[in-house]
Amino acid sequence: MALNKFQIAQRIAKELKDGYYVNLGIGIPTLVANYIPEGVNVVLQSENGLLGMGPFPLQGEEDADLINAGKQTITTIPGSAFFDSAMSFGMIRSGKVDLTVLGAMEVSENGDIANWKIPGKMVKGMGGAMDLVASAKNIIVAMMHTNPKGESKLLPSCTLPLTGIKCVKKIVSDLAVLEIVDGHFKLLERAPGVSVEEIVSKTLGKLIVDGEIPEMDVN
Amino acid sequence: MNKVFYNAADAIADIPSGATLMLGGFGLCGIPENSISALATSGIHHLTCISNNAGVDDFGIGLLLQNRQVKKMIASYVGENAEFERQLLSGELEVELIPQGTLATRCMASGYGLPAIYTPAGIGTEIAEGKEIREFNGKAYLLEMAFEADFAIVKAWKGDAMGNLIFKDTARNFNPLMAMAGKITIAEVEELVAVGELDPNHIHTPGIYVNRIFQGQDYEKRIEQLTTRTQ
Repeated sequence: MALNKFQIAQRIAKELKDGYYVNLGIGIPTLVANYIPEGVNVVLQSENGLLGMGPFPLQGEEDADLINAGKQTITTIPGSAFFDSAMSFGMIRSGKVDLTVLGAMEVSENGDIANWKIPGKMVKGMGGAMDLVASAKNIIVAMMHTNPKGESKLLPSCTLPLTGIKCVKKIVSDLAVLEIVDGHFKLLERAPGVSVEEIVSKTLGKLIVDGEIPEMDVN
Repeated sequence: MNKVFYNAADAIADIPSGATLMLGGFGLCGIPENSISALATSGIHHLTCISNNAGVDDFGIGLLLQNRQVKKMIASYVGENAEFERQLLSGELEVELIPQGTLATRCMASGYGLPAIYTPAGIGTEIAEGKEIREFNGKAYLLEMAFEADFAIVKAWKGDAMGNLIFKDTARNFNPLMAMAGKITIAEVEELVAVGELDPNHIHTPGIYVNRIFQGQDYEKRIEQLTTRTQ
């Protein structure tokens, strides 16, 4: 069975290490915050100017001055810090943020990512995505393996306008966990009940399958 | 030296049509509500607006778009606005999209007296087209020019008659950066206090960057995405 978005988030959460500063993008990446493993303390960075993002506020306690990058009302936690947008991207650019998780429309076998623009459709803008992918030390992409037509989104090269080049390190899709090394995808894990053959058939970019591929550990 | 203005209409009265404006805020958080309302009734037009976002249909910069007062929008993300989309697709509105960190840092550079910055954001993408690229320590960077605006309009939590500003929570965002990048900077504050009441240790924007300040009123502070938990 292919993973649902909650299971993708759950699997990505296993990549978090104690002490990490983490930037979670909008969509599935945001859900990762709900599955942080016990005993692992991470600090969530919101690029609109907050380190130490807490949960959504209780009803009636929301504050219009306190939102995340998705413009949702949020809270702080003990130890939180606010800063301006230049410092926010300063800490991203200088490599202080350990992990960035974001969504993608396409990823290529050399780690290029496209996630901001579809020709012919209204372009809403790249927001902070280009800054994040150009600088982050470690980028994990959360995505569906194929588009609604069943076509692979893991490609030899991206067809959509790029957000950044040679930057994606790992992908957690609804079908598999893959690493990008030396210009190819490497299959690390498969979704429970999903065959290696299915993943191979749905990965258009160069894919290395080496030995037994274990199933992901998700609920 | 008198920086204190009576209200928004007073503070923006000399902004001409065709001016380039910076407007602070992220989404609807920390936007200069009073000044935008005053601009919307001022009758000026052909504005170039530099702001991270373009508001929603009936609030923020959306109010200026409704009145066809904006000629060009420079932003990092412009979703959530149907009128914006209509004007863009019909060719009435020019749009320049800039990566968010680049936008912030170009404002900052201006306030720091630096003509340009190098950033890796956009390398290998269409953003890099026509721009100077230089390698430092084996990594490619784009040359991006500092931004300057005829008027920067920002919103702060507290301020004093010297123009010193303190922002609150994530309503800080682009406000202190744009405050540094205006040829004339206008600050609206929720609370204008007497000189000496703000702790100098807590000032985010020193008054030297602020030319005009006024006490705003009737803040709506609209929430774009109300999200809560039950326990």
